[in-house]
Amino acid sequence: MPPYTSLAFVLLLVSPALASLGDDASSVQADQVHLKASTRVLARQLYSVHEMQTQSGSTIRQYVSPAGTVFAVTWQGDAPDLRQLLGSHFDEYMTAASQAVRRGRGAHIETGDLVFDSGGHMRYVVGRAFLRSKLPSGVSSDELR
Amino acid sequence: MNSASTRAQLCAFVVAAVAFSTACGGGGSRSSSGSSPGSSSGGNTQAIVANAGPDNNYANGLFTTVTVCAPGTSSCQSINGVLVDTESFGLRVLSSALGTLNNSLPQQNDASGNPNVECAQFVDSVLWGPVKNADIMMAGEKASSVPIQVVDSSVAAIPAACKSIGPAEQDLKSLGANGILGIGFFISDCGGACATAGAQNPGFYYACSGSSCSVVAVSTTQQVQNPVALFSRDNNGVVVQLPSVGGSVPSVSGSLIFGIGTQSNNALGSAQIFRPDNNGNLKTLFNGATYEGFLDSGSNAYFFLNTSATGLSGCASPAEGFYCPASPMGFTATNSAGSGLAATNTVHFTIDNANQLFSNTTAFVFPTLGGPNPGLFDWGLPFFFGRNVFVAFESPAGSGPYWAY
Repeated sequence: MPPYTSLAFVLLLVSPALASLGDDASSVQADQVHLKASTRVLARQLYSVHEMQTQSGSTIRQYVSPAGTVFAVTWQGDAPDLRQLLGSHFDEYMTAASQAVRRGRGAHIETGDLVFDSGGHMRYVVGRAFLRSKLPSGVSSDELR
Repeated sequence: MNSASTRAQLCAFVVAAVAFSTACGGGGSRSSSGSSPGSSSGGNTQAIVANAGPDNNYANGLFTTVTVCAPGTSSCQSINGVLVDTESFGLRVLSSALGTLNNSLPQQNDASGNPNVECAQFVDSVLWGPVKNADIMMAGEKASSVPIQVVDSSVAAIPAACKSIGPAEQDLKSLGANGILGIGFFISDCGGACATAGAQNPGFYYACSGSSCSVVAVSTTQQVQNPVALFSRDNNGVVVQLPSVGGSVPSVSGSLIFGIGTQSNNALGSAQIFRPDNNGNLKTLFNGATYEGFLDSGSNAYFFLNTSATGLSGCASPAEGFYCPASPMGFTATNSAGSGLAATNTVHFTIDNANQLFSNTTAFVFPTLGGPNPGLFDWGLPFFFGRNVFVAFESPAGSGPYWAY
């Protein structure tokens, strides 16, 4: 099979799942392809963590519940592609990040189902987002980092 | 104090401190004598002010006036309301603030002759616009032909990948400033990663052919540069000097001093040196746990940890994103170096209710403003009040990177 055929095949497989937070775990693969990242899966008692290392040295972790839902995502390193990672929740982030009062480094949202935090500085960004309604029973948000 | 009188004060100071004439308050280009700084001492003190800023609504914004000139000419524009930021690198100005001078600044192009346009990545926002060269003057100092970013979407539309990072703050209303003066300890804004082609490039720089923009590798010296590091003297770092602030006030004036140990007014003295780790951070010990931290005049509050770690409640509207304790709460944390010698310093600070602070509509400077942050200690502008904070540049300009205070 020529290389371009193989690439098209992979894109076809993952293209229905372009978003992550709140989606099923298959979206993790879409993110891996999109971010050209390597992945390892870390098993935890109440969930699994799909950890991606991008070639620019950034780390992205997606937290998957036993039901197969991505209930949280965290990032560290370069500013990430939040449209990809937040999916349908991206617009909520954009609205909060555009607010006039908090300035400079990061946004904080905790008004609805989405809880979002980002911080850092030029060349180094840290953040996390999770959905309260999807947090598995017994999991503290402090574990998400 | 309203913003007009603040600007007037600032301009008066600049006129008094600087030999060349300025056209304060004017919007158009002006001619300066174009004189380069002499070799005599002095001329390294730039006026800075924390106030409401050029859009009259900024909380804890630190601003200054920068003179931008077409390289090698006396065609210049004095731009006020430029945010002083110790955690970014390089000068960015709104095209609206440059006015007609924008047309006189040479565009930086890639090897194919296409304009280099930058997606400058801040934590929660981007600035998009072309890289151009300009002479930069502050106090009695001058840097020649410095790559700067002109914030301007007219060259090419913002690429989707850039918009996926965060909102683009392309105008005065969204940025709250006429530009950002990044004087952090790095000389280029992205560094080596942006000088490479391929997936390890984080996508700060694009080359645009018509409306089609692709990520391009740009050498570290062609990237947007910290202009202070390119001064002919006093170029190894800066000192941010601000007085103690007892409570919420409309305005606070201070000095940005160029150079460290180069003149009588910028000696390191007994300040402790904090070298950063590989992520550009120091360490902050709080309640028995160690976090990454940094000193950021461009953050407008103490942004640290979360409600469960601090006991501070988050705010309801309109101060979402800040802390709103029922009564002021005091905290203690200890900074130490991220690498190298084990300097330590204990910091005491107080966080007050942001919604109550903002209800004082004449105040724009808030020494007790705080907010949450995912696992980091962002020592924002309130930290700088009552301290001399040194920012030493990386080699070859300085012996950093480090902070000292």
